[in-house]
Amino acid sequence: MDVPPVVTADMVNSADPGVPGQAPYTRGIFKDGYRGRLWTFRQYSGFGTAEGTNERYRFLLEKGSTGLSVALDLPTQCGYDPDDPMSAGEVGKVGVSLSNLAEAEILFDGIDLGSISTSITINGSAAIVYAMYVAVADKTGVPRAALTGTIQNDILKEYCARGTWIFPVRPSMRLIADTILYSNEHTPRFNPISIAGAHVRDAGVDEVEELGYTLANGLAYVDELVARGADPNRFARRLSFFFYVHMNFFEEIAKFRAGRRLWARLLKERYGVTDPKALMFRFGVVCGGSSLTAAQPYNNIARVAIENMAAVFGGAQSVFTCAHDEAYQIPTEFSAETALRTQQILAYESGIDKTVDPLGGSYYVEWLTEKMEQKAEQVIGELEQYGGVEKCIEDGYLQARIAASARERKVRTDNGDRVVVGENAFRSNGDGENEFGEVFRFDPAASGKVIEKLERVRQTRDNAEADRCLSALEKAASGNSKNLLPYLVECCHAYATVGEMVGRLKNQWGEFREPVRL
Amino acid sequence: MPLQGKRILVGKPGLDGHDAGAKIIALTLRDAGAEVIYTGLRKTPDYIARVAVDEDVDAVGLSVLSGSHKELVGLTREKLDEFGAGDIPIFLGGTIPKQDYQELESRGVAAIFTAEMPLDQVVATIERILR
Repeated sequence: MDVPPVVTADMVNSADPGVPGQAPYTRGIFKDGYRGRLWTFRQYSGFGTAEGTNERYRFLLEKGSTGLSVALDLPTQCGYDPDDPMSAGEVGKVGVSLSNLAEAEILFDGIDLGSISTSITINGSAAIVYAMYVAVADKTGVPRAALTGTIQNDILKEYCARGTWIFPVRPSMRLIADTILYSNEHTPRFNPISIAGAHVRDAGVDEVEELGYTLANGLAYVDELVARGADPNRFARRLSFFFYVHMNFFEEIAKFRAGRRLWARLLKERYGVTDPKALMFRFGVVCGGSSLTAAQPYNNIARVAIENMAAVFGGAQSVFTCAHDEAYQIPTEFSAETALRTQQILAYESGIDKTVDPLGGSYYVEWLTEKMEQKAEQVIGELEQYGGVEKCIEDGYLQARIAASARERKVRTDNGDRVVVGENAFRSNGDGENEFGEVFRFDPAASGKVIEKLERVRQTRDNAEADRCLSALEKAASGNSKNLLPYLVECCHAYATVGEMVGRLKNQWGEFREPVRL
Repeated sequence: MPLQGKRILVGKPGLDGHDAGAKIIALTLRDAGAEVIYTGLRKTPDYIARVAVDEDVDAVGLSVLSGSHKELVGLTREKLDEFGAGDIPIFLGGTIPKQDYQELESRGVAAIFTAEMPLDQVVATIERILR
């Protein structure tokens, strides 16, 4: 964003941003900020088999992680079983393979789901994975009401930036509403959606577009739920958000302050929401992503520390700091630990938590917050003018807009407008060669092991029962009157697989057809 | 226009949904004069090779950020060869660790592009390969 060389009092419209803990929450949603409770250190992790990932989770918890964040592999995310031909080469690669309840039981073995919060990055098949999580709790005797955590469950941004869509937009929106309504009822402390601009940002758009698209998607979910007759004063309490923090330090901070204010205002203006908790804009962030470089990877530790500070000045509820080697591999135990230590240094050594919103009242930060709010609202208006986010996606308009921004960022990096130390400036000798420290070794047998376990489940489960549950699911999906979650939970208990459940739903709904438009 | 008259397929094999890189390359090659066929997401190596042959392209560009590049490039090369298109070069972009370069090149990858490589250099490299 273009900013003036100096901001003075007369350039800020409302010199007084109010107090933390009061709507519209510009300065934070809690009156005591991090003094009451620190942000959650939530390190994203998962790879290969459930056994190996379970081991990494126990490692992270032992080192002081305060929440789990589950990375799933692409077959699970796209709704294919590991032995499906579409899964060839992808099993266990970018996350752990989780095809049925037996795998989930291994993944969370020895971890008390009643005392830990779990975030799961899952979208196209989110309803199924959430159902599986509920089923694990049932099996291990944890009351559903005690479950805390988040599923991403934000399909709209999948269509335009992350790509793990399965069904067309309409039935996907229904499934998301089903999940939110069921979760509010049965797992009231669980966040059934995390509306994520993060991936759009990482694809190449700026902070303004990130915030605008995210809130536009958020409003689309609210519209969907309101159309189902749900009360926004209730369900909005459990909507949460997810963003990237890159290197534009002050813009990132302003983005979060503006996001809180704008969301509260939109909910109030458009839906008459008055419940103070429902007006709260709660969010998690990831620091790193495409702001990290494969060249000179240790530089990334400094980047992530700066981004971590921006997240905390912005008032994030949970933070994931990427490991310095994440630009080119799954983090090693060493790099994963360093990323966690970065958060702990900030939280326990720097004193950043001592007072709420320490930047509040800064002319520059307040000015930026106002600009960010105006511009993000403008983006929302543009998408609505086009016909709403669903139409933007079905036409490929939003995707093309994001691609154009991504290209512009790349061109600005190539020509040096955007400086990236070690990459397009201050390069080392040897052509910026990666100086690899420890290398993560992927278990080449993981895929075979996963498929073997799946075959065993198919042989040992009660197949008639699994089939009965799947047929009931399909029947319920053929109409619009039933919430599908009870059916999915039942399928999970019967050890039906992700691929089987998705297959039955595809029978009724078909698949999303990607508009390819450049 | 350095790539005038060239037909290039840009494909996303496998399940990886990160398409920003593929689209940046597709837009860049188009502006450099090439006719670009972009497949969209989640295409099998078989599909990509068939389209490449049907469309009579001069080169196939694959984008993989999921770590499955070795498998997917190998399968695409096999399919191209099987369909009698052994002469169509493959170039690859994505998150490709340096330690994999040699093996990929031995499997018939003509060039590897990473996120930090300037777009001018990408175009120049493809031009050289297709000359």
